[in-house]
Amino acid sequence: MTSPPLAPPLIQLRDLTVEFDQGARFVRALHGVSLTLARGEALGLVGESGCGKSITWLAALGLLGPGARVAGSVQVAGEEVLGLPDRALSRIRGGRVALIFQDPSSSLNPVHRIGRQIGEALRLHRGLTGGAQRAEARRLLDRVGIANAAQRLDEYPHELSGGMNQRVMIAMALAGEPDVLVADEPTTALDTTIQAQILDLLHDLRAETGMALVLISHDLGVVADMADRVAVMYGGRIIEEGPAEALFAAPDHPYTRGLMAALPDLEGPRRRLSAIPGAVPAPDRLPPGCTFAPRCAHAEGLCEGAPPALRGTGRAGRRAACHRLEALVWTGLAASGPSATARPAEVARAEVARAERARA
Amino acid sequence: MLGYTLSRLGRAAVTLIIVVSLAFVILRLTGDPGQIMLGPDAPPSAYAAFRRNWGLDQPIWVQYLKYFAAIFEGDLGRSMRDGRPALEVVMERAPITLAITGPAFLMNLMIGLPAGIIAALHRNTALDRAIMTVSVLGFTVPSFVMGLTLALIFAVQLRWLPSGGSDTWAHAVLPIATMGLIGAAVIARFTRSAMLEVMGQPYIRTASAKGLPWREVVVTHALPNAAIPTLTIIGFMVGSLVAGAVVVESIFSWPGVGRLLVTAVANRDLAVVQVILLAIGFTMVAANLAVDLAYGWIDPRLRLKPTPTGA
Amino acid sequence: MSALLEVRDLARHFAVARPGGLWGRRATLRAVDGVSFDIEAGRTLGLVGESGCGKSTTARLVLGLTPATAGDIRFDGVPVTARHDGDWRRARARMQMVYQDPLGALDRRQAVAEQIGEPLAIHRPLTPRAERAERVAALMDAVGLRRDQAARYPHELSGGQRQRVVIARALALDPQLLVCDEPVSALDVSIQAQVLNLLDDLRARTGFAALFISHDLKVVRQMADRVAVMYLGRIVEEGAPDEVFHAPLHPYTQALVAAIPTLGRRRVRTTLRGDPPSPVDRPPGCPFHTRCPVAIARCASETPALRHDAGRAVACHLAAATPFAEIV
Repeated sequence: MTSPPLAPPLIQLRDLTVEFDQGARFVRALHGVSLTLARGEALGLVGESGCGKSITWLAALGLLGPGARVAGSVQVAGEEVLGLPDRALSRIRGGRVALIFQDPSSSLNPVHRIGRQIGEALRLHRGLTGGAQRAEARRLLDRVGIANAAQRLDEYPHELSGGMNQRVMIAMALAGEPDVLVADEPTTALDTTIQAQILDLLHDLRAETGMALVLISHDLGVVADMADRVAVMYGGRIIEEGPAEALFAAPDHPYTRGLMAALPDLEGPRRRLSAIPGAVPAPDRLPPGCTFAPRCAHAEGLCEGAPPALRGTGRAGRRAACHRLEALVWTGLAASGPSATARPAEVARAEVARAERARA
Repeated sequence: MLGYTLSRLGRAAVTLIIVVSLAFVILRLTGDPGQIMLGPDAPPSAYAAFRRNWGLDQPIWVQYLKYFAAIFEGDLGRSMRDGRPALEVVMERAPITLAITGPAFLMNLMIGLPAGIIAALHRNTALDRAIMTVSVLGFTVPSFVMGLTLALIFAVQLRWLPSGGSDTWAHAVLPIATMGLIGAAVIARFTRSAMLEVMGQPYIRTASAKGLPWREVVVTHALPNAAIPTLTIIGFMVGSLVAGAVVVESIFSWPGVGRLLVTAVANRDLAVVQVILLAIGFTMVAANLAVDLAYGWIDPRLRLKPTPTGA
Repeated sequence: MSALLEVRDLARHFAVARPGGLWGRRATLRAVDGVSFDIEAGRTLGLVGESGCGKSTTARLVLGLTPATAGDIRFDGVPVTARHDGDWRRARARMQMVYQDPLGALDRRQAVAEQIGEPLAIHRPLTPRAERAERVAALMDAVGLRRDQAARYPHELSGGQRQRVVIARALALDPQLLVCDEPVSALDVSIQAQVLNLLDDLRARTGFAALFISHDLKVVRQMADRVAVMYLGRIVEEGAPDEVFHAPLHPYTQALVAAIPTLGRRRVRTTLRGDPPSPVDRPPGCPFHTRCPVAIARCASETPALRHDAGRAVACHLAAATPFAEIV
């Protein structure tokens, strides 16, 4: 019996590579990243600073500027987008793929009123002008939960708080009725309670419009909260990928396990954090072989040979880039299922500790 | 906005008063107008009469108060040369100076601004480097060197243009070019920095990410923000032009206010010098005031910010 | 026995000019508005809250970096003032600060070993050079820096390494109190863990007391013996971290805890609407009542005092010793 044809992915990145011009030479920041995003899906992209999670999407939309060389393939709704001229890209940016950024207060033009900035997007993608434009801008502000929307339209970004500015950014992103919203650390600069409001808002908007979401964050909790699928990045590569709940309950890659073990916990017993030793290598001084090997408790000779490729781990939809995947089978308590009482971070810590003892 | 304007006006007035006062004191402490006007061979009684006539025998603070009192009545003194009201002497030369400083200012803006913007948009390319190299020349070369060099090339060697005087429009070309090129170089450099700074801001990336074509991003988002620091430089250039006019007019024998100032100072023609300094001060203060007000108009953050006033 | 640091009714008000009228209208910004707490020797008090709650200002007040408008601060029995006199300078040797931005806290033009040794040069100028160098080397070892990094400049080090330099410098004189203002917020998760472990180890070894400030409740829970939650310049709840975070009594603390997305737990939709009011526009009565889901009439007119009971404290008319859920 043949399975029904899968819907084509909304976004498909294939072997995306980015190099930056550092004067004397080019430094590679992204090493062949491949990602798929289905319609309506929420993909979380996790990693620490410098891992390339933001660069991936800026490169895909041609927003990196002249100093960057981008290679590979970027397909949006089946259309190849990489290398398109500015005119053609303008249609896609904001119209199919909208971006919101980390620091909302400096991501809005300080000398333009809010209404004008939202209106710009409405004019570009929906051809609205004049009264219709203003009415729609007001509706969008209402929709993102800003009180006194009509008044806010005439105000400037510095008159609004960080949380409100982020809502304005979201409204601006929605103006083009995009198929996917890429949110780059949207709540990092905001207070915890405001963060919760923004995450709730994104959740509601997705439910309402069926929009896909790419949530980029260094905060595992935020990603776990919102994402269906997660990709973990390190040193310009994707090193693990899979369904969010399963991945966080039983991560395969030593880096992901290390990240989780390093997180302080709000509940559960208070234990010493398991820090990952060392630091992320500079992009121009990457080690041969696996980028994580110098910091990995499980590294062996073969890890210094060549960077490992992403491959399936046997479980549905799970992939990891590790030479020693088979040897590092997850033996944590959570193997019994997500209903286990132990908390993921605590389990990860136990796992890491067990591995370290085994090596000693 | 009102408070902002009033405070700027207040500061401008104080600046003017200080300028005039300083000039007043310095002029009277150096050199004796009587000696210069009458020559060294006049009898002592002539000097004494001269001093009495012009009120120079009074203590300096009395002269000061009298001067300011007279200002309020509109009397700015008389030229010691021919006894005419100093204001009239200066004002008849003003249009002549404006005939070269006006076009020079326009040249500053019309060459400097586009050059700076283009250099910024094509950063690190050959075009950018070429513009910046040329601008360094304009920056570092003093106006008299620039003036004399241009005169040497165009008047002496090529004989295309006259080197001095003010009879025809051709005489104005070299003075305008001298001041115009130097100012344009300075403006180009600062405009480039301002643009580069703005282009690196997050909101420019947002504008692109929204789908705005590049040209629109530059014109509607970058330029207005880059205008803010650029205005400062433009205000400064006005002052620079005024100072430059003195040198340039002397080099090219252009009979404007600059030339007049030089002769008046040499002759210790006190009232004329004071009036010119007052006029220069007024121009600079007005230019800076205009810039300050323009800031408030362009940058909404300056209008409304609440400020801490102390603990 | 009195505590190492005693703070009573501390307040810091700023006069600000707000837009409006010819000269602007006067208003008072109550950054800190009546804060009282104790820190015992060798113990850590965590201070949590969102932006504008006054926790950073409290840190500066405690160290005497800014003068208090009202209230009393006693360090080891001696009052702390902001007057830069001899007493104040000597007090620097006993209380130090670790900052959020390590790059900004270090001098760009001095090698790190020099900066670590600077406190010794200032307060113990008679120490022979060799001894000082030895102490600097010992400090660098203690914070996990390599010897060969001594001649490096701050911009040549990573964020985590810079923070270690800041910590080494802060500990150079063996202070009794370390004030840490968001010490790990600017660091990546893996580096954050390293620095937190380091602080923990150092505390176990040298026994300093600490005021640990963070917006991240998880970090504070990891590091603190007691925690105080601040809102708009006042402490609204205080107690042992596990008690405060697992069974919060104050509605604000409850909202704060519920708002944190954590692995393994689905976050409940937030009930808190709107933005926190500005410290200039403090609502009358309880500062939280405008956003409180269970506010009653009394909350708008009467400011609740911080009531202490069995090791916990809460400033809420409705909270009692019993968990809040029973009242709602």
